[in-house]
Amino acid sequence: MLKGHFPLWEVFVRGRRGLDHKHIGSLHASDADQAMKSARDTYTRRQEGVSIWVVRAEDIHASQFENDASFFDPAEDKVYRHPTFYEVPEELKL
Amino acid sequence: MVDVMSFTDEQCQFDAIIEAEEKIEPRDWMPEKYRLNLVRQMSQHAHSEVVGQLPEGNWIGRAPTLRRKAILLAKVQDEAGHGLYLYSAAETLGVSREEMMNDLLIGKAKYASIFNYPTLTWADVGAIGWLVDGAAIVNQISLCRTSYGPYARAMVKICKEESFHMRQGYEIMQVLAEGAAAQKAMAQDALNRWWWPTLMMFGPHDSESANSQQSMKWKIKRQSNDELRQKFVDQTVKQADHLGLAIPDQDLKWNEERGHYDFGPIDWEEFARVVKGGGLCNDARLEARRKANNEGQWVKDALMAYAEKHSRSDVDQVA
Ligand SMILES: [Fe+2]
Ligand SMILES: [Fe+2]
Repeated sequence: MLKGHFPLWEVFVRGRRGLDHKHIGSLHASDADQAMKSARDTYTRRQEGVSIWVVRAEDIHASQFENDASFFDPAEDKVYRHPTFYEVPEELKL
Repeated sequence: MVDVMSFTDEQCQFDAIIEAEEKIEPRDWMPEKYRLNLVRQMSQHAHSEVVGQLPEGNWIGRAPTLRRKAILLAKVQDEAGHGLYLYSAAETLGVSREEMMNDLLIGKAKYASIFNYPTLTWADVGAIGWLVDGAAIVNQISLCRTSYGPYARAMVKICKEESFHMRQGYEIMQVLAEGAAAQKAMAQDALNRWWWPTLMMFGPHDSESANSQQSMKWKIKRQSNDELRQKFVDQTVKQADHLGLAIPDQDLKWNEERGHYDFGPIDWEEFARVVKGGGLCNDARLEARRKANNEGQWVKDALMAYAEKHSRSDVDQVA
């Protein structure tokens, strides 16, 4: 890392109790503590959240866009994983 | 006189969250007994998903058509996934995956005792999807409103996936019930054997269940065992009628006054016997889990060795 450049952090916010943390954006900060304070000031100025996660961007491993099609392909032809695939009388509320 | 000192600020805040129908989240303060109660219930639930793969897994290799085989594989795969969602949710309470697994393998942890019954015919696969998954859905829909956030979120995800499980089971029953006399008899026989154990899945009567009263107070459980059981019976009678199959209970009849079906007494001695290990398949189920664990160990070891070797060579390259 270049001297004087803060690392990148991804920010996740829980909107209210009962909800998952959702990715809301990112920021640059020197350490976790600074990242947390910046996240609060940047992303929750209007009480948008009750809990924040900050994660170093370099610790996130993402699937590659160019490979996505084949990566997710195994699920494509398995229509029987969906309830609508089955013919049962609707009035029985199965 | 009220003992004021016994109500800490934390306790008050916890009570207020429960009272307000909000969710408790992993890093919140919670009473130790609330945590332990959740660990017990969620790990039992996870174990049930995992052990629940075995009775149906017994028929994957013998499914009557390729279509049925693909469906059954997908269903059993979902159950493995449900186990994983629930173990992960339980881990947010500070219990490790290894501890939970170990408790299952040494026979200390419980799982739904319905899975200690054998799957003798193909119709059993239909009956399990229709009845056992049907009962699980009734229970799990109620648990979507449980007070612990990660558990509630796991339930929402699981409920979405369960719907096809029940429908594929019912479809199997439909085909058999509309088929030859022998096929219909096979479907009836499966219903006869699975009906009562399915009613037992909801647990002891409310009057007998001290555990579940505390759970209701904490809103871990939202509806009582008897309420949920009644809901299941009420919805299933019509489904059996449509199949032209008879539910094996002479006392089953509509009660106009209550607005529910009355049903006969459950054999709680059988329930107790199976829970304590006396079911036909208790030993086989645990043995299968132990075998999978032992025979899969070398794969885990190899993966860890590979990962370690690579993290070392990364360091070497940087150096
Ligand atoms: Fe499941
Ligand atoms: Fe299921």
